[in-house]
Amino acid sequence: MKIQSPVVGFINGLMVTIRSTLRRPVTAEYPAIEKRLPLSNRYMGFPALTWDYDVEEPYCTGCMVCVRECPTQCMSAQMKDNPQHEKGLSRRRKIIESFEINLGRCILCGICVDVCNFDAIEMSHEYELSKYQRNANRVNLNQLLDMGVVYQNKLQWTPKQPQKNSGIPLPPKQSEDSS
Amino acid sequence: MQVHQQVSEYSDAIDLMVNMGPQHPSTHGVFRLVIWVDGERIVKVEPHIGYLHRGSEKICESEQYSQIVTLFDRLDYVGNLNNELAFCLAVEKLTETVVPERAEYIRVILCELNRIASHMLFYGVYGLDAGATTPMLYGFRERERVQELFESVTGARMMHNYIRIGGVKEDVPDDFDENVLVLLDHLKRGIDECDRLLSQNEMFLARTKGVGIITGEDALDYGVTGPALRASGVIEDVRVTDPYSIYSRFDFGIPVGSNGDCWDRYYVRVEEMRESIKIVEQAISDIPNGDISAKVRRIIRPPVGEVFVRTESPRGDLGVFLVSDGSDKPYRVKVRPPSFANLQALEYMLKDTYIADAVLVLGSIDIIMGEVDR
Repeated sequence: MKIQSPVVGFINGLMVTIRSTLRRPVTAEYPAIEKRLPLSNRYMGFPALTWDYDVEEPYCTGCMVCVRECPTQCMSAQMKDNPQHEKGLSRRRKIIESFEINLGRCILCGICVDVCNFDAIEMSHEYELSKYQRNANRVNLNQLLDMGVVYQNKLQWTPKQPQKNSGIPLPPKQSEDSS
Repeated sequence: MQVHQQVSEYSDAIDLMVNMGPQHPSTHGVFRLVIWVDGERIVKVEPHIGYLHRGSEKICESEQYSQIVTLFDRLDYVGNLNNELAFCLAVEKLTETVVPERAEYIRVILCELNRIASHMLFYGVYGLDAGATTPMLYGFRERERVQELFESVTGARMMHNYIRIGGVKEDVPDDFDENVLVLLDHLKRGIDECDRLLSQNEMFLARTKGVGIITGEDALDYGVTGPALRASGVIEDVRVTDPYSIYSRFDFGIPVGSNGDCWDRYYVRVEEMRESIKIVEQAISDIPNGDISAKVRRIIRPPVGEVFVRTESPRGDLGVFLVSDGSDKPYRVKVRPPSFANLQALEYMLKDTYIADAVLVLGSIDIIMGEVDR
């Protein structure tokens, strides 16, 4: 290893300074919407519930698997009988009645998305925790669905298992028997 | 607190106790150092840890195996993927799961990039410790590029939860190969630039050469591992001496220092980044197609038994000891964090140095308090 003379190191440092002075700044100023850094498609923000446009109801059936698998127990959910199913408008026998996620408690691990069998929950691109009300980070079903719709529209989201999880009612059983 | 009073050997003055931390910008977290000085010489050092204790090991006992990966992310929050890998390897060894080839390659690529990102953070922060502000910006610039890649692959910049038991979470995006090659080009130039900027700077050399020396034998006695041990001239790298995953397939060198001083500990890391690039280049050229995860049950119940796995995290030898009682939750998880063991040698290194060098010696070990306190 050779020891440089003090001047060399000084000039080396100055060269870096000069090069940096001449280039464009790369700083993105956060709060301005148009200056934020772009998020990659896989970005994991807060979980949100997806909306089934075919039958106009959420994908979620309230099976509670995400609630049980969550490492921080930040969710709670409740299911009910689906009135649309009784009218023959939907394939889902049960539907979500209430869903609450404490976003302040969520650690964005994505386990709820992995375990969901109904493509009902997705990690949205929302990541801001500061709210104007004290309890605004405890989001309810409607807010979760709103977050989900924003995410679905942004990414042109489609369910991973469209055959299995579509809400379009199955054709009546009789036709199957007759064929 | 007990007041330590000792009469100086040179005069009849009493040693002065100086408290550094816990909230001190150069302690890299919440770390408290009580230093007794005689004039400007350090006589005695007492590290106080535990300010970031979160009881991770205990929480592990009440979480399922798949959920524990998220806790390991938060131990060493700069080398997250390496920590996830250590735990997943332990569970895979216990359940005798064979991980598909493609998943192994993805793991190695991401872990080595994580090592570069971690060392880049060290580079920037170490420059800052030495009083140079510019390296900080350059180190963070390179690290940012790596994190952008991580975001496109894992969906998160720090807490990835990407390496899962039996493989990885999902396949890499289509443009992963090109992105990695572009990133490697960028990193090569970036590392050279960083090296040029700081390594041979005579002010930096004057601050770090011959400061905080620890010999190889003493380092081994103290349980020092990783770059801090290799800087003392001991050739010990778990990736080579006890290969895990598929590291035995790659051709790379182990940078070794000779003096065991702060500069060696710094430069070993710079050289390690170059070696990591070699590993990533080899891995990306022969990454096979195929599955990305073995068939594992959603709720994993390993057989009764215990297992110990050691891996080379960016800071050193990271060991995970796992005891299973056959249920879906581990009976005990013990982590052997490299930072914790390396911190033990701090007192030895700081003895008889100047108080102005305390920050430099502490910085050269590259501790992460999340890992020390767990």
